[in-house]
Amino acid sequence: MTTNSRVIEHKRVVEVSSTRKLVVGIVEVLIGLLIYFIFALKTASGALTRFVMTPGGIDQGFMADWILPSKITLTVLAIAALLIGIYQLIRGFGRWTNLMVGICALFLIFGFLVWQAADKQLNLAGMLSSAVLLAVPITLGAFSGILAERSGIVNISIEGMMLMASMVAAIVGSVTKNPWLGLLGGILSSILLALILGVLSIKYKVNQTISGTVINIFSAGLTAFISQKFLQHTPLLNTPKLFPRVPIPGLASIPLIGPILFNQNIFVYLMFVILIVLQLALFETRWGLRLRSVGEHPKAADTLGINVIRTRYMGVILSGLVAGIAGSFFTLGSVGRFDEGMTAGKGFIGLAAMIFGNWMPVGAIGAGMLFGFADAIGSKLSLLGSAIPPQFMAMAPYLITMIVLAGFIGKGQAPAAEGEPYEKE
Amino acid sequence: MSEKKKDLGLEILKEINEGQPKDEQSRKPFLGKAGIPLLAIFTGLVIGALLIAVTSQSVYAAFSESVGKGFSAIFNEVGTAYKALFTSAIGDPVRMVKAVGGDDVREIRQAFNPFLESLVQSTPYIFAGLAVALGFRSGLFNIGVEGQLFIGAACATWVGYAVTGLPAWIHMPLAFLAGALGGALWGFVPGLLKAKTGGHEVINTIMMNWIAFRLTEWLLSGPMTREGSGGMPISPLIQKTAEIPQFFPAPIRFHLGFFIALLVAYLIWWLLFKTTWGLNLRTVGTNPRAARYAGLSTTKSIIVAMSLSGALAGMAGAVQVLAVNRSMALGLSSGYGFDSIALALIGNTHPVGVVLASILFGTLRNGATRMMVVSSIPIDIVDVIQAIILMFVAAPAIIRSIYHLRKPKQEEQQVFLSGWGGQS
Repeated sequence: MTTNSRVIEHKRVVEVSSTRKLVVGIVEVLIGLLIYFIFALKTASGALTRFVMTPGGIDQGFMADWILPSKITLTVLAIAALLIGIYQLIRGFGRWTNLMVGICALFLIFGFLVWQAADKQLNLAGMLSSAVLLAVPITLGAFSGILAERSGIVNISIEGMMLMASMVAAIVGSVTKNPWLGLLGGILSSILLALILGVLSIKYKVNQTISGTVINIFSAGLTAFISQKFLQHTPLLNTPKLFPRVPIPGLASIPLIGPILFNQNIFVYLMFVILIVLQLALFETRWGLRLRSVGEHPKAADTLGINVIRTRYMGVILSGLVAGIAGSFFTLGSVGRFDEGMTAGKGFIGLAAMIFGNWMPVGAIGAGMLFGFADAIGSKLSLLGSAIPPQFMAMAPYLITMIVLAGFIGKGQAPAAEGEPYEKE
Repeated sequence: MSEKKKDLGLEILKEINEGQPKDEQSRKPFLGKAGIPLLAIFTGLVIGALLIAVTSQSVYAAFSESVGKGFSAIFNEVGTAYKALFTSAIGDPVRMVKAVGGDDVREIRQAFNPFLESLVQSTPYIFAGLAVALGFRSGLFNIGVEGQLFIGAACATWVGYAVTGLPAWIHMPLAFLAGALGGALWGFVPGLLKAKTGGHEVINTIMMNWIAFRLTEWLLSGPMTREGSGGMPISPLIQKTAEIPQFFPAPIRFHLGFFIALLVAYLIWWLLFKTTWGLNLRTVGTNPRAARYAGLSTTKSIIVAMSLSGALAGMAGAVQVLAVNRSMALGLSSGYGFDSIALALIGNTHPVGVVLASILFGTLRNGATRMMVVSSIPIDIVDVIQAIILMFVAAPAIIRSIYHLRKPKQEEQQVFLSGWGGQS
């Protein structure tokens, strides 16, 4: 079985087209120039940036603050990005192209922070810690997308599933006073919607984008309806208990990494567990091979005796399960209350993360972290009293999503048969 | 020679698009083309009634007394709600007849106001529905209508209040076109990205929505804010010369925009079905591979279609500002952009169908506003009903199995949308 999966792996070698090579190179050079001309030149030469490296409210895993000379740091970042861009233009990084773009994006973000916090102090660790938290629904949304799409079903209703799950989790969690039951309720509601998606797109062969939209509109309407009819004037139904922070003994006291990764709530750990399980299951097991073959070439899979319809239902239902966890995160892991439309497009950003991550769990978590970080920057910088209006900071994740989609989808990496209903002959 | 070749290509394209010859199309079962949408709407209303019954406390109270009382409570509850919906959406028939019989002009107007108000509500739906329908016809799913509408409204508002000293016959069309232009720009960007990079328009338009919301929020609380609004995000009132006129004195808001919407619908019909350009667009939408063999440029058609779709959405925003609200606030749209997806599909992505579906939805929403006051049922029930209608329209097989209808001989026309990968 492993040899078989290797064969498919080799077919997926990323081929970088010459235009894309050029565009990516230009973008990287531009990032370098931007860091130098906008950030570095506008920074006073003696300015120091102070990054606090321990998040607030933490009692283990302390780390000393970082103090950086702003201008020198910015110049180094600019030169590094320029060099990467020039190498990309001349030779090209081949399969490492996406990684290099990611690194340049990190330079840009880090440079932006150094510039904004020149002569001030910024809690970088706190920002990273909240970035991880903000990345949870996006990453889980991306995992949910991967499960459905690898089986050949485009799931644009992750947003709707998350919204429904977040409301049901809040209600069940409040009534039973038990977050675990709330999580279970959220997951079940999301699976129910996934079943509807499955029946519509697999049995009735409805266009998958439209059946996804049906679920999105339905969820938005029903959650707003129930919220206005019951939740707003019955606080008993909308005060779920939050999952507490659970420090992992030992790991939590590692400086910097401990507080950020190992002193969070259950959802963060679930995200990592699902990452590992999904990555192994998809690429190292017979189950994963079958799921992927149904998404790539259902007719061939059918000929080999794989039940295409059942495999697709399984993919969609698992997708609903993961989306349910993502949705429950909003009410049980973050806010502690259901608000109308509280998912705010995170499901769609999750889909973008999935595409950016090349339909791979490992890639998706990387992209999810990037989006989470962009989100965290907005909220932290408005505290710094930045000159940039908060509305523009709030646009960052959406803009990044668009740039990512525009620049970094190589053709032919999506599962080949996704979006097409399967008809047995 | 080349003339002849082109003609042959066109013939083939026509065949691909029109499908079967006419005489087979005339043998369609049950109510013709409107059958499935009508049954879908009916079923949607029935499920809406169920939702009202299930979430009503008085129904549960009545059931705990006796089953009979429970059922009568259901009928009572649903009856009150739907009666409020009907009378405030279309008007009270008794009052209308009496008013026509009498000769009080004011009373006549007021008796017919619910109906006129429904048309007012339908106007932005027509524009927005046309925007989505045009996208579908060219194989694109424009979920960004809401954002395009906001940007269009902002542009129309700005021209409406900042430009002064123009006569009304220039200023009003100018402001309206500014709205269309703003929307077109917001549609152009995802169109360009789709055509040039393959970035899927579904995600890009949704992202553009969020950017549009934040941008208008900033505009209205910053550069475009009304003086003395105390930081409230609201724009100044537009000039008198930029207003689209209303026909009757307040509170009747029926305005010229409704007729502009009908005119635009006619123009879109003409463009799509009577011009070569429209034929090419529809070919790209239904069968991109055939279009490429025929030598059509999918790239150009995607960009043009998205821009035009955005322009229509921008008009929806412009008409709301110029004819109804006369200034811009964040509560401009009650989700017209999202409802328009269902509208376009129920109207079978045909301009006539879209106009009819828009009037239906405008009526529903107008009625639901009043229903919310009378029986405290949140207006969002309309969304739920819409989603259900959309589901049944998209999956006619479900409706057919509920009502035991026969399967039509010919394949139903399916909206063509591509996956993430792009255009093949």
